[in-house]
Amino acid sequence: MIAPAIAIAATSSSVAGFFARIAPLTPVIYLPLLTTHAPPQVAIEVSGVEKTFRIPTQRVDSLKERLTTFSQPGYRELHALRDLSFEVERGEFFGIVGRNGSGKSTLLKILASIYAADAGRVRMAGRLAPFIELGVGFNNELTARENVELNGVMMGLTRRDARSRLGAVLEFAELQEFVDLKLKNYSSGMLVRLAFSMMIQSDAEILLIDEVLAVGDASFQQKCADVFNEIRDSPRTVVFVTHDMSAVEQYCHRAMLLHDGGVRAMGPADEVARSYLRLNFEQAPGEGEGDMGGMADITLVDVWLEDGDGERIVNVEKESELRFGAVFEAHRHVEGPSFGFAFDNADGVEVTGFGVSLAEGAPDAVEPGQRIRLGGEIENRLEPGRYVTKCWVHREHNLSNLVLHSPHVLDFVVYGKEGAGVVALDHEIEASVVDAAKVEGT
Amino acid sequence: MSAEPASLELRDVPGPSALGGGRHRFFELLWLMSVTEFKRTFFGTFLGYVWSLMRPLLLFAVLLLVFTQIFKIGSQVPHYEVQLLFNIVLFGLFQEATGAAVSSVVSQEGIVRKTQFPRLVIPLSVVLTALFTLGLNMIVVVAFMLAFGVTPMWTWLLFPVILLPLLVLSAALAMLLSALNVRFRDVGIIWVVIATALNYGTPIIYPLEIVQGKLKQILMANPLTPIFHQADIWMVNPQAESVREAVHGPLPILIGAAVYLAVCVAGVWVFRREAPRIAEQL
Repeated sequence: MIAPAIAIAATSSSVAGFFARIAPLTPVIYLPLLTTHAPPQVAIEVSGVEKTFRIPTQRVDSLKERLTTFSQPGYRELHALRDLSFEVERGEFFGIVGRNGSGKSTLLKILASIYAADAGRVRMAGRLAPFIELGVGFNNELTARENVELNGVMMGLTRRDARSRLGAVLEFAELQEFVDLKLKNYSSGMLVRLAFSMMIQSDAEILLIDEVLAVGDASFQQKCADVFNEIRDSPRTVVFVTHDMSAVEQYCHRAMLLHDGGVRAMGPADEVARSYLRLNFEQAPGEGEGDMGGMADITLVDVWLEDGDGERIVNVEKESELRFGAVFEAHRHVEGPSFGFAFDNADGVEVTGFGVSLAEGAPDAVEPGQRIRLGGEIENRLEPGRYVTKCWVHREHNLSNLVLHSPHVLDFVVYGKEGAGVVALDHEIEASVVDAAKVEGT
Repeated sequence: MSAEPASLELRDVPGPSALGGGRHRFFELLWLMSVTEFKRTFFGTFLGYVWSLMRPLLLFAVLLLVFTQIFKIGSQVPHYEVQLLFNIVLFGLFQEATGAAVSSVVSQEGIVRKTQFPRLVIPLSVVLTALFTLGLNMIVVVAFMLAFGVTPMWTWLLFPVILLPLLVLSAALAMLLSALNVRFRDVGIIWVVIATALNYGTPIIYPLEIVQGKLKQILMANPLTPIFHQADIWMVNPQAESVREAVHGPLPILIGAAVYLAVCVAGVWVFRREAPRIAEQL
């Protein structure tokens, strides 16, 4: 029953050894992987992995129901992963992308020994960090000091070793003053900083990272980016699951696109990122809600954000100049097309949206093969956070006449100083001291 | 920086299990989780220790009043009050360990679903926390013993011999209940009823001597009865009839031993079987 692959290595409790691993604080020169002539070592080998969830058609979750229900409850089978095989080399930063429900999380959980695979084999070389999400295992009732110890032990350190890392963890997270504050009194930004800092201090050779996106303020984000770049060039192996295609292109050596539990594409990060975007844009109208199926009459080819200089961006600085662009392609004749976009924030609240029709003067229709380009400026009143862009196309300017509906075409993050609420409105409010009598008089 | 070459061979990923992740990590986690929870209950709040003592002490006061003033059971055995308090505290270990274990795995959902965590640590840490609590409460019990004139005996040193089978049973039940509760969320309600029945089906508030005939033999078939009765003999009342005298024929003891073994086997078997699937069922 003792797991050999993730058994505790005899961690040298030397503080020096630890500091050598903190990427941003100490310049460490790693041997560049490509200059070694040895054949690449496989760090993770997945062969023929299958996972099926049995969703009961009628939920029985009490003994009473179990004993009083005579008919055997039926099941619906959900194939989360089908005969999945791939390899990740040692030192690789490997991205896994895919739409919601494509099996990404299930795969990550099987790699992390949280789920058991129904069939197939997973082999790894090296020690694995046992976390797949930031801040898991934190206890809100405990202080940062106690949590760092608890988390360190979860990662396979001894208690003494975990305690010796406290200083470095807090320094990276910039939380030294809050060492004895219970986590329930931390802000969400502080929590994420602590969690991220904790994660990168683990000395596991293999890291599984699920959607660590721009957290904290711009300077902390920069630190995170530095760490990622450092890890990318180190012999550590990373499996990185995300929706953020720019992060995939920026950090990943290779990536894999999952679709319906199978590999849809695998190869260089930029190619896989493009396949992912294409997969998203091809989504037929009403998929998942209605049943129209087939290729839509108009599809989205590209959508992006630009800064004031016309550079494409994924992370938007709060209150900076923000430009928007999109390209559609018509596959059939469509009369009076109108295009709508809306931004949802991380809570699923639609923050704002806009609709566009073809400019007046030209014929209000598109023919097969024609492309439509949208571009212009958006007043940037967005508060820091993650946003998801949705897209619709209607015909004949009729909202009930849907041609295309894609609920998830572009992710972006707004960073900057956090304000209150969901939008930052301009305000010109002055405060001055006046006599009480005067206020009453007016 | 050079990792040991041994760790760089491809090895099978074991999948989730009760113990997975290495023996050393298992015990470190078990210890840390128990100590943390214990500290939180006793030192985290104002008067933490006093509050936790209040429950057994108040229960003791009420029962003492009822059974010495109304039912007059207490007058038949020497040191009835000390025996009562000791039994309440000892049964408190069993009750706390099993009662808190029921929902333990479900309430640690985040850890179970998002990390590679040895599942067995969760119910066992509850038992260990209950053991720490017993240790604190025993300070008060010993003070009472001395105050009420129980002479210290060498048999006090045999306390661990009684504690061990009780702890093993509590741990087995903790495993069984916590694993079952993932599938059937009403296990807790059923367990409260069974635990209450056991409270009365074990000589805790009454001495074994006052029960006679067939009923006594049925009581002896409860695996907790010999444990608690022997505890009373060794700790408080050496003159009480021995377990051997109390039981007629080997049958009740055999039944009790069979129940004990069955619970232990069921606990280990069910937990091992369920452990790999717990994350999916939460």
